[in-house]
Amino acid sequence: MTTTIRIQTEVFDPGVEINQLGAVSMQVGAVTSFTGLVRDINEQAGVSGLYLEHYPGMTEKQISLIIDEAAQRWQVLAATVIHRVGALVPADPIVFVGVASQHRGDAFHACEYIIDFLKTRATFWKKEQTQVGDRWLTTRDSDVDTAEQWRSGPR
Amino acid sequence: MINVILFASIRENLGTQGLQVSVPQPLSVTALVQHLGQTENDQWRQELGQENVLVAVNQAMVSFDHVVQDDDEVAFFPPVTGG
Repeated sequence: MTTTIRIQTEVFDPGVEINQLGAVSMQVGAVTSFTGLVRDINEQAGVSGLYLEHYPGMTEKQISLIIDEAAQRWQVLAATVIHRVGALVPADPIVFVGVASQHRGDAFHACEYIIDFLKTRATFWKKEQTQVGDRWLTTRDSDVDTAEQWRSGPR
Repeated sequence: MINVILFASIRENLGTQGLQVSVPQPLSVTALVQHLGQTENDQWRQELGQENVLVAVNQAMVSFDHVVQDDDEVAFFPPVTGG
């Protein structure tokens, strides 16, 4: 399995990443991806920007563990996770998850598994800038529930 | 020395990225928090003792029962919000 994990301030190009996933092997028959963008509305309206920090070293380890779990569960030929840190504004791409497999089912499921657990286990923290001041975001219960479903449900 | 590091709201509330602390013997994370409440100030105990605070030792998630010792890196942080 080819694993790529990048934590960076720079913007990324999902198209370039998707093409690279497709080129890792002639066995690849399916590439799926998820790109997350910064919204201008979250828990409060009028989000003007975000600041992201992370725990260097641990973040990469956590993401690597999540990818390995997905690869134990489904057939994965390559996986790429890119997460941006630093200052971001609405509409910026913030996270990319891509998976290459022989078949679409494995690629879809592994991609969804990785983003679901990235949200609850990867050591990133978002601070939102709004019209009424800055605030650190809190974990959404719905994100925790979504990740937990992978433990109980066969997919 | 134990290397204590703090992230996000915890770092801002305590006004520091972390510190080095010497402990007489290995102790649980819970006991380390009590210790910091004495060597620093009570705000440390309150901040790190909050119910939702997470702890990682040497960059792996652990529970507050985990025993830490010299040269360990102990990180405290709020629930993660990436993605």
